[in-house]
Amino acid sequence: MAQNTQFILNSREVITDAHPGTLVLDFLRQNEKMMGTKEGCREGDCGACTVIIGELAKDKVSYKPVTSCLMPTGELHGKHLVTIEGLNLPELSPVQEAIVEEGATQCGFCTPGIVVSLTAGLMEEESDISKDSVNRALSGHLCRCTGYRSLKACESHFKESIGKRTGVNALIDMGGIPNYFRDIPSRLKKIPPLTSPNGSAEYFFIAGGTDVYIQEGDILRESSVGILNLNPEMKGVATKNGHIHVGSLTTFEEFAAHPEITNIIPDIEKYMFLIASWQIRTRATLGGNIINASPIGDMTILLMAMDAQLVLQNGTGSRKVPLTSFYKGYKQLDKKDSEILTKILIPSFSPDTKIHFEKISKRKCLDIASVNLALKIVEKNNFIENICMATGGVAPVPLYLEKTCKFLKEQTISKDLLYDAITLIQEEISPITDIRGSKDYKRLLIHQLVIKSFVNLFPNRLSIEEFYEKH
Amino acid sequence: MKNIDAVFHVRGESEYVDDLPQPAEMLFAAIYCSPIAHGKIVQCDLKKANDIPGVAAVLSAKDIPGENQIGPIIQDELLLADGEVHYAGQPIAVVIASTPQAARKGVKAITAEFDESPIITDPKVAYQMGEIIGTPRTLAIGDVDAAWEECDIILEGTCTIGGQEHVYLETQRARAIPMEGNVIRVHASTQSPYATQRTVAKILGFHHNQIEVDVKRIGGGFGGKEDQATPIGCFAALGAWHTGKPVELVLNRSEDMRMTGKRHPYISDFKIGAANDGIIVAFEVNHYQNSGAAADLSTAVLERTLYHSTNSYFIPNVQVTGTCCRTNLPPNTAFRGFGGPQGMFVIEAALEKVAEVLNKPKEEIQGKNLLKKGDPFPFGQLFQNNHIQRTWEDTLSSYDFDGIQTRIDQFNRDHFATKKGYAVMPVCFGISFTTTFMNQASALVHVYTDGSVSVTTGGIEMGQGLYTNIAKIASEAFGIGPERIKIESTNTTRIANMSPSAASSTTLLNGNATVLAINQILSRIKKFAAEKLNVTSADKITISDEKILHNGRETGLNWCDLIQKAYLARIGLSAHAFFATQDIWFDKKKEKGEPFAYHVVGTAIVEVTLDCIRGRYDIDSVKIVHDLGRPLNERVDLGQIEGGLAQGLGWVTTEDLQYDQKGQLLSNALANYKVPDVYFMPDDIQVKFLEDADSELGPYGSKAVGEPPLMYGIGAYFALRHSMKAFRPDLEFALHSPLTPEKILMSLHPELLNDLKNHDTSPVSLAEETI
Repeated sequence: MAQNTQFILNSREVITDAHPGTLVLDFLRQNEKMMGTKEGCREGDCGACTVIIGELAKDKVSYKPVTSCLMPTGELHGKHLVTIEGLNLPELSPVQEAIVEEGATQCGFCTPGIVVSLTAGLMEEESDISKDSVNRALSGHLCRCTGYRSLKACESHFKESIGKRTGVNALIDMGGIPNYFRDIPSRLKKIPPLTSPNGSAEYFFIAGGTDVYIQEGDILRESSVGILNLNPEMKGVATKNGHIHVGSLTTFEEFAAHPEITNIIPDIEKYMFLIASWQIRTRATLGGNIINASPIGDMTILLMAMDAQLVLQNGTGSRKVPLTSFYKGYKQLDKKDSEILTKILIPSFSPDTKIHFEKISKRKCLDIASVNLALKIVEKNNFIENICMATGGVAPVPLYLEKTCKFLKEQTISKDLLYDAITLIQEEISPITDIRGSKDYKRLLIHQLVIKSFVNLFPNRLSIEEFYEKH
Repeated sequence: MKNIDAVFHVRGESEYVDDLPQPAEMLFAAIYCSPIAHGKIVQCDLKKANDIPGVAAVLSAKDIPGENQIGPIIQDELLLADGEVHYAGQPIAVVIASTPQAARKGVKAITAEFDESPIITDPKVAYQMGEIIGTPRTLAIGDVDAAWEECDIILEGTCTIGGQEHVYLETQRARAIPMEGNVIRVHASTQSPYATQRTVAKILGFHHNQIEVDVKRIGGGFGGKEDQATPIGCFAALGAWHTGKPVELVLNRSEDMRMTGKRHPYISDFKIGAANDGIIVAFEVNHYQNSGAAADLSTAVLERTLYHSTNSYFIPNVQVTGTCCRTNLPPNTAFRGFGGPQGMFVIEAALEKVAEVLNKPKEEIQGKNLLKKGDPFPFGQLFQNNHIQRTWEDTLSSYDFDGIQTRIDQFNRDHFATKKGYAVMPVCFGISFTTTFMNQASALVHVYTDGSVSVTTGGIEMGQGLYTNIAKIASEAFGIGPERIKIESTNTTRIANMSPSAASSTTLLNGNATVLAINQILSRIKKFAAEKLNVTSADKITISDEKILHNGRETGLNWCDLIQKAYLARIGLSAHAFFATQDIWFDKKKEKGEPFAYHVVGTAIVEVTLDCIRGRYDIDSVKIVHDLGRPLNERVDLGQIEGGLAQGLGWVTTEDLQYDQKGQLLSNALANYKVPDVYFMPDDIQVKFLEDADSELGPYGSKAVGEPPLMYGIGAYFALRHSMKAFRPDLEFALHSPLTPEKILMSLHPELLNDLKNHDTSPVSLAEETI
C-alpha cells in the first residue's frame, strides 16, 4: 500500500493519495485543475509542461527545472513543486516582463514553460547571466512561433534587471519571485521522510523516468511503482580505492558537473551540449540510461568506453559486472529482476588517458543519435597501450568494439592502421535502417567518426586531409 | 504596441479550449483510427470498447444522424470511415468515456479485421494509375515549345520535395456543450469557425444557427487548423449530441501526428532554357502533388504552387502544370505558404542548375531575371512595382554581400574539412485568397456608455498578433487609447459566414472591416458632436487622444462625455460592417486573371557552415530586407518574419517527414521529427524593412506578413549546396529536400559508401524504403 505523498505545491502543503506513478503533469491539470502547465508532447521534447522542483539539501533548497510529463507524483514527497502559477506576482516578474517587452510570445502555448525554465536559470546561485545560460534554459523548449531570436534577447533584460543578483534569496529580495520561497526550507524539513520499499521485483522501478515514462507511461500510472529517487544513498560521485564510485541515481547534470568527472573528461561540457536538454539532464540518471538498454544511450556508450563496472545489489548481497558484457541482446541484461543497479565504478585513469565522444543526430541538440561513439585511449611511446571503444546505434545493444580494441593494442597510430580498424568495426557492427538513418548511412558515420576522433586526439600524427585526399 | 495577449501568456493565464472550467459531467472522447493504409473493413468489434469501465458510447459511421461528409471543396471525405479505409490514421470510431484515460482504453480494446488493398504513397505512381483529384491545371505565357530553339542551354531535372508537420504546440482539440433548444456550442481550436459550424451542422442534420462556435485563441495553427480542425469539432459535437453531455476531445501528440495531414510533398519535373548570358528564356514544370487520400484543400494549394512557380522572376515563355495525386496518406492540407514554397523551390533549383552549367554564381542568374514593374506573371497579372529589385539591391548592399562572398571564399580556401556556403533568396508572394469569394470579412463594434469598446471580428488569434493589430487599428480609428478596446472571442453568433484565418489576409480583411464599422459609428457621433458644438460641418470634427477637435482645435468635449451624451440622445453606438477586397478576379477557363490584391516581396541572404566529415551543419545567419508596406506594428511583424523563417529553415533541413511503404508514419513523435530549437536557429538574424514602401490596400498602408517570410528559409537549402560544392566541386548533387545531415554526408562521400556496402549482409528492415 502506497503511502500518501506530501509536498509543497507553490505556497501550500499538499497531501495526496494520488497513485504515485501519476505524472506530475496529470496531477496538476486533472487533480489540481491548475491549467498554466501545458501538455505539448508528453515525452520531454517540447518543454511546455516544465515545472521547478526544489529539493532540500542541508539547510538550502536547490531548484531545477523538470518536464512534469516525465516525473512521477510519488517522487514529489518532501519536495517543493513550483508551477507558473507559483511564480506569478501582482506585477510581471523580470522574466515575464522581458518576454512581453521583446514580443517573445506569440500563440502563448509554450510560454508558461519557458517562463518557468528561464526563472529556474536565475534561481541558480551565482549563475552568470550570459548567452549560454539563457540558451541552456531554452534548450528543452520548442517554440513554433517566434524563431527564438526574441527569446534569446531576454538576456539583456536579465542583465539589467537581475545582474549579479541571481539565486533564490536575491530574487526574493528584489521582488523577482514571491516571498513564500523564503520559508520553504524550514517547511520542507517538517515533512517526514517516506520509506519506499526497495529491492522487490513486484515493483516497476522508476529512476529519473525520462525514458521509461515515454515507453510505459500508460502502464506506470496503474502499476505498483518503486520510486528509486527516494533513496538518496544511490546518488553522488566519490573516489574510493582507485575507482570513481558513481551512484546509479546520479543525474547527467550532477555527473557532468562533478570535479572528479571534469578532471578526467575535460570536454564533458561540450559532450553534454549534444545530450538531451537541461530539464532532461536534471532528471535522467546514469543508472536509468544503463538499465534502459537503449542501443543508442549516450551515457551508456561513454561509460562503456570508460570501462565502467556495475554493482548489482540483491538484498544484502552484491556482484560486479563489467558494462562491456552487461548486454546480452536487444534490451536483455545480465541482471536478475530482483537485482538493483546501485553503483557504477569507473577505474582510475593514468594522466595520459584521453577520452573522446562523438554523436551525430538529425538536429544537433535534444535529439537521439543516429550513431554515437566513445573511446578511451592511452598512448605511450607511440604505441597504443590501452584502448576501449564503444558505439551506439549500430547494433541491438550498446556495442563494445572488442575485436577492434584488441587489434589496436600495441599498435602505432597511422592512417593505414585506422583503415584496418574501421574494416574490423564494419564487421563488428550490424546497423539496420530506421527513422534515425539508413544502415549505409550508419556505416558511413562510424567510418567518419572514427577518423574524426583520432584526428582530434592526435593532431600531430594524423591530418584529416590524408583521409580524403582522393577527392 | 505590445502584444495584448502577452501578459496572460507569460502568467499562464491564457485559456485554451481544455483550460476552460469543466462543466459538470463532462465526458472525454478518443478516436479509433485505421491501423492500415488501404482496405475494406471486414469486421470491426466496437462492443469490446463498451466493456471498458467508464465508456459511455462508441460511435461509428452509422451513428451520424446527418450526412457523413466533411470535404471542404470536393465532397470526398467521410468523417468516420464506412466500409473501407484509405489511409493509416483514418478515423473509424469515437469512444466517449468519463475520463480521457478510459476513452483511450476503449480505443485500445477495439479490434477490427481488414481486407488489405495495395497502397500508393508516391504521387507519380498515383498519376500513372489515374488516381487524380480534380483536373490537372496549366498556366502558360509565351510559347514554350517554340522558345526552346532560342535557348543556348536547356536543362532538365527533378525535385523531390518533402512534406512538413505543423507542430502547433497546442494539438487539435474541441469541447462541445449541448444547450437548450437543440443547440450545440463548440469551443474549438480552429482557424475556421464557420467551417466547423457548417460541417457540424451537416453531420448532425442541423441548421447552421443551431451550432455556435467560439474561439478565444488557438495555440498555433500554421494552416493545420484551417480545415483539419473541423473533424475534431465534429467528433466532440457528435458525442455531445448522442450523450446529451459536454464532450471534450484533445488529441495527444502522436495521435495528432498520425491522424492529420501535413504540407504536401511534391515531385516536380522541370525543364529550363537560358541564353549564355544567363537570361532565362523558357521554363516548363510539371508538379505532382502528393495530396493524400482526400482532396481537403489540395486543389487550392496546387493553384498557389502554379502561381508561384516563377517566384520573383520574369520568364517570357512558361508552362506550369500541376496535378493533385491521390495517395494512401492522410489528406494533406494547408501549411503556411500554401503551395507557394514548393513552387518557389523548383524554380530556385532550376536556376541553380543553370548557374552550374553556365559556371556563373547563382545570384548572377537570379539578379538578371528579377521581375520589373509591369512584367506579367504566367497567369496574366502584371507585377505592380519595382520592389523586388529594390529589396534585392538593398539586401546586397546593406549586408555587404561582396564582403560575405570574399570572406566565405577565403574561409573555404583556408579550410579543408569545414566549408561555408551562402545563398540569396528573393521571395514574391501574392496576397489574397486565390479563391476570390473568400476575400471577405465582417466586424462588429460596440461602444459602451462608459466609453469602452468591444470589437469582434471573424479573425482568429493564433499567435500572429491579430488581436493586437485590431486593437491598434480600432484605437487609431477612434482616436482613443488602446486600453479602452477589448477584442472579443471569435464567435459565429456575432460574426456570420467568416472565411478562415489564413492566406496572410486576416489582418487585412478583418482590420478593414473593423475600420468600416468604426467609421459608421464615428459618422454618427461626429454628426451629433457637430450639432452639440453648433458647427455646420461634421467633417471638421476629429477625435485625437480622446479629445473632440473641431478644425484641429480642442472643443472642451472629450470622448467619454460625447459617448454619454450621444447615448442619451439615442444615437446608435454599435455597428456591423462588411469588407470585400475589390478588383481581384480569376477566369479558370482561360487560366488568366488578377488573383492577388498585391504581392509581398523581400530578399534574404543565408549563410551556413558545414562539417564535411560529420555531415552536420549550422545556419550562421539570415539577413533580410522585407517589404511590409507601412508596418502596422513592427514588433508583431518582426515576430511573424522570424517565426516564418524558422519554419522555412526547418522544412528544408531537419524536418524529415517519413512514411514507410505501408503508409505508416515513421516520424511520429517530436523525438524523431525535429523542428528548429534554440540552438538550431542562428543568433545572427537581421531584418530590415524596405523604406517608404506604401500599400493602399492594407489597413493604414500595412501589408500582409504571415506567410512570405517562410520562403526565405529555402535559401538555407541552396547555401548548404554551396558549401557541399565547395568540398566536392567534382560532384553533382540531387535536388532532394530536406537536406538532412544524412543526405549531405551520403552525397559528399559516394566512394566510401560504395566500399561500405560490401560489408552488409544483414536483412533489410521494413523501414528500408521510405518516402
